[in-house]
Amino acid sequence: MPEIRVTPLGAGQDVGRSCILVSIGGKNVMLDCGMHMGFNDDRRFPDFSYITRNGRLTDFLDCVIISHFHLDHCGALPYFSEMVGYDGPIYMTHPTQAICPILLEDYRKIAVDKKGEANFFTSQMIKDCMKKVVAVHLHQTVQVDDELEIKAYYAGHVLGAAMFQIKVGSESVVYTGDYNMTPDRHLGAAWIDKCRPNLLITESTYATTIRDSKRCRERDFLKKVHEAVERGGKVLIPVFALGRAQELCILLETFWERMNLKAPIYFSTGLTEKANHYYKLFITWTNQKIRKTFVQRNMFEFKHIKAFDRAFADNPGPMVVFATPGMLHAGQSLQIFRKWAGNEKNMVIMPGYCVQGTVGHKILSGQRKLEMEGRQVLEVKMQVEYMSFSAHADAKGIMQLVGQAEPENVLLVHGEAKKMEFLKQKIEQEFRLLPDAKKPRLLHGTLIMKDSNFRLVSSEQALKELGLAEHQLRFTCRVHLHDPRKEQETALRVYSHLKSVLKDHCVQHLPDGSVTVESILIQAAAHSEDPGTKVLLVSWTYQDEELGSYLTSLLKKGLPQGAT
Amino acid sequence: MKLYCLSGHPTLPCNVLKFKSTTIMLDCGLDMTSTLNFLPLPLVQSPRLSNLPGWSLKDGNAFLDKELKECSGHVFVDSVPEFCLPETELIDLSTVDVILISNYHCMMALPYITEHTGFTGTVYATEPTVQIGRLLMEELVNFIERVPKAQSASLWKNKDIQRLLPSPLKDAVEVSTWRRCYTMQEVNSALSKIQLVGYSQKIELFGAVQVTPLSSGYALGSSNWIIQSHYEKVSYVSGSSLLTTHPQPMDQASLKNSDVLVLTGLTQIPTANPDGMVGEFCSNLALTVRNGGNVLVPCYPSGVIYDLLECLYQYIDSAGLSNIPFYFISPVANSSLEFSQIFAEWLCHNKQTKVYLPEPPFPHAELIQTNKLKHYPSLHGDFSSDFRQPCVVFTGHPSLRFGDVVHFMELWGKSSLNTVIFTEPDFSYLEALAPYQPLAMKCIYCPIDTRLNFIQVSKLLKEVQPLHVVCPEQYTQPPPAQSHRMDLMIDCQPPAMSYRRAEVLALPFKRRYEKIEIMPELADSLVPMEIKPGISLATVSAVLHTKDNKHVLQPPPRPAQPAGGKKRKRGSDDIPDCKVLKPLLSGSIPVEQFVQALEKHGFSDIKVEDTAKGHIVLLQEAETLIQIEEDSTHIICDNDEMLRVRLRDLVLKFLQKF
Repeated sequence: MPEIRVTPLGAGQDVGRSCILVSIGGKNVMLDCGMHMGFNDDRRFPDFSYITRNGRLTDFLDCVIISHFHLDHCGALPYFSEMVGYDGPIYMTHPTQAICPILLEDYRKIAVDKKGEANFFTSQMIKDCMKKVVAVHLHQTVQVDDELEIKAYYAGHVLGAAMFQIKVGSESVVYTGDYNMTPDRHLGAAWIDKCRPNLLITESTYATTIRDSKRCRERDFLKKVHEAVERGGKVLIPVFALGRAQELCILLETFWERMNLKAPIYFSTGLTEKANHYYKLFITWTNQKIRKTFVQRNMFEFKHIKAFDRAFADNPGPMVVFATPGMLHAGQSLQIFRKWAGNEKNMVIMPGYCVQGTVGHKILSGQRKLEMEGRQVLEVKMQVEYMSFSAHADAKGIMQLVGQAEPENVLLVHGEAKKMEFLKQKIEQEFRLLPDAKKPRLLHGTLIMKDSNFRLVSSEQALKELGLAEHQLRFTCRVHLHDPRKEQETALRVYSHLKSVLKDHCVQHLPDGSVTVESILIQAAAHSEDPGTKVLLVSWTYQDEELGSYLTSLLKKGLPQGAT
Repeated sequence: MKLYCLSGHPTLPCNVLKFKSTTIMLDCGLDMTSTLNFLPLPLVQSPRLSNLPGWSLKDGNAFLDKELKECSGHVFVDSVPEFCLPETELIDLSTVDVILISNYHCMMALPYITEHTGFTGTVYATEPTVQIGRLLMEELVNFIERVPKAQSASLWKNKDIQRLLPSPLKDAVEVSTWRRCYTMQEVNSALSKIQLVGYSQKIELFGAVQVTPLSSGYALGSSNWIIQSHYEKVSYVSGSSLLTTHPQPMDQASLKNSDVLVLTGLTQIPTANPDGMVGEFCSNLALTVRNGGNVLVPCYPSGVIYDLLECLYQYIDSAGLSNIPFYFISPVANSSLEFSQIFAEWLCHNKQTKVYLPEPPFPHAELIQTNKLKHYPSLHGDFSSDFRQPCVVFTGHPSLRFGDVVHFMELWGKSSLNTVIFTEPDFSYLEALAPYQPLAMKCIYCPIDTRLNFIQVSKLLKEVQPLHVVCPEQYTQPPPAQSHRMDLMIDCQPPAMSYRRAEVLALPFKRRYEKIEIMPELADSLVPMEIKPGISLATVSAVLHTKDNKHVLQPPPRPAQPAGGKKRKRGSDDIPDCKVLKPLLSGSIPVEQFVQALEKHGFSDIKVEDTAKGHIVLLQEAETLIQIEEDSTHIICDNDEMLRVRLRDLVLKFLQKF
């Protein structure tokens, strides 16, 4: 069996800092290069020393592939390429290439300017890093070198998210990145063809969840927002600038329109407009409905959602604010959260997964007293709601993808260990593949090896090509038969005997009196001394040896008496 | 391997390639030049057109005067315009497995093929090709359906009558197969059969053949196709361009090492330089407008118009045209302008990087924003209230037989202040203008055809070195109007094979090899021996598994195990299976060494006789005779299997197995 080696440098049985090393057919590919939101120290980035202790990254890696623009999949990229040092190609889709540097810059600003971290990557490093990026189209087969090829498939999840097939010769791996198997309001569902990889590496964020219908979740969400606004409360929705934000904006926008609501909706950070512009220009990556109607009405032009200003947070009266980042670990969303947390009329809705260590994770796990910077304790009185809107495949979706791709093996990553165990059993139960019926055929030939060129040809052809003559090896055996009759009659008896025994073979009686079985020749001759004995000369070539030797032993036993 | 040629139009091809076990249609072009034989369809009733005199035969017989009208010495069919379809009889089109589309102009016959021939396969095209192709079809259907014409002429098509008609009607081919336009329903159904593909995507057809679209540089999403198996490669080049306009540049390198290169869709105006034409277009436009005249540009709703608008964007301010309104009128004008902005991934590098900023890739967004360019679905409605003269109008159809352009021709044709500028190369401008004669307006012919010219073709062929070139017959001789221009034809070695409509070509190559995978277990068991320096051989006996047209060699089953307790032992009574294959032998037997070997193995009383061709070795005791010649050995012995096998093994030691 071909050997494929997978080494997770991050996000093995964990969500955050996705980074997987795959060695296949002598090639080394790094899948994603993410950061961990829950840590502020070395554990923030994947452990590249696993590679660097044996040499330079560029010498070891044939390429790097980034599945989508979320920071837990690309956040360590400038650190990896500029600070650790990698000069090889980095592959990602066009939208990812467009949006990734913006998010990286945003992340850098929070880390350096707000938190004052030193030894972080710089803006210039982000730019230099992006120069190493090669953009790929969906389904385009990119030849990284003569042997290694990669291909992107649509993954849903966020704008430009892709799954990647990595192929060397006949061996292949599919890495899903994060994906979503159900279309939502702005993205389509992930799709892959029956590419039958040797290994499918799939995320399993929601390995145990089989989510209720999306419609229910949406109704729930709208109801909660509506109630909070009605009672005069402020609703904080921490999101990442791109991704779920657009989905929820579309949802609220249509709801506000339908219900004719007046409470203001704000979107924090200057990113919004720019972000929406990307969605407009990359509309081919959204779902079919948006693509079909964008000429008449572009879904990413919002009427009710306006830009947020820091001063608005203290405005009286209800409002809804989308603020970044999504896990309440820094930035504006955390600032607003601190302002509003003390009032029970207010509400925070966490629409996505929060990694361990973030404020988001803490309040979701029920913590109501939070220790903030400077030993300050923040009491959370506001309503805390969790609604899974992150576009990950649930257990059903993962099974669906496994069914689509028909991999030989499945590897679960990007999830929690316990949940993976459950899904593992499920996959094992459901996909026990039966071997296919085939029509095997025996074949004999000669393999001609010249340089690295291998050709299997018939033996005759091989001899001819090499200018060699065939050496014919022939055997003729004398079989003595007691038969006083004439030679011709003996031959005839031999013929009818063989004809009756060898039903599947071509037995012929030739005009010259000889008998053939396939290409074996039998002639009857008189014995020079004994007129009561006839000699059968059985003659065959080496290639017919089995049949020839069988015939002699058959004839040795004599002819049946009754035969004429 | 065969090529069935269903279209005679070199830039609107339709060929069917039979390759391995697959039947692949290459493009589905619709020849619309047939519509030039028809009278224009006016949006509002035109007294001039309806008062044209009927045409009568020389002998005065006027039975055709309802169907045929005469205008300035030309005769036109007064009927719903009809199109010339690809051949449908040459090959059973229901057997076509896939259709590969190279660009949006070459898919206009798709509904005729997919909806009316029993076609059940898949169509492959890029996303821009499909979206813009849909717009072109939508526009066409809209143009024709919105002016329903009661009359459908058919009398003139009668062979005996057609003979009597003046040219070009007399010479029109296959008129009996001409069809009216399809409906939107048929368009939708046809487009639903398309599967979207990306450049350099490898698409497997039944595991037997792989097809790959490559960027061809001609239009948004336009592609050339590679059709290949492991050892054979056919390149299909259709509508390619090496000029830097808005689409992604042409991928030439991937066309290398083709056995056959099918070359279609070259420039239709080989003598015109597109850059020069654009300059002429701008200066004529400015001149007319400055003199207070209007400019009419008959055009398709997508394609060159994007480049023209971009040129004008840079030109209008410097030419002092800032106050002149530009109108783009087409039922799909808005869609076309919007769609052009969302296909960043299919655009040239410059435009791609704009999207990363993020900015719209085409500057016509700004022209629209600043109200310099306005677009309307038709001249009814908003347009009539906004309409200001002098102005520039872009509108279709370039044939001047239907669409809003007909109205503007009637409206502006009488004044010499106005100008019509032809930029689309698909129709002869003189023929297009014929039913409008006599005309006072100026006519400027600036055809912009960015497709390959013959110089570029000959460079391309030198570069990619195909073994054989196949092309439409038009490309193997100079154009009829410039018969002395020997440079206006394809020049390659060996000479290109040419095809014409309804011809079947046998492509000149044979398939000789298939790819087989050898399982590692089997590979391990092979014993290569070096026969000549650098060449090794290994005999292979293996089981061939074939699935989905993929072949795998696995180790042969072990010979029946006698150890199997319950299994019956294979007795000598069993008839041997003649499928068990033995290798061929080669080499020769050195008699002296052979005799020594015999002696070593206990044979005595050995006698060697020389013959004309070799030797005879006699083993007198065993009553055995061995004839040894250069290329053969014959062992003649008594029926003693043990003896025979011993001798055989001794002989084999001196020979090589294959």
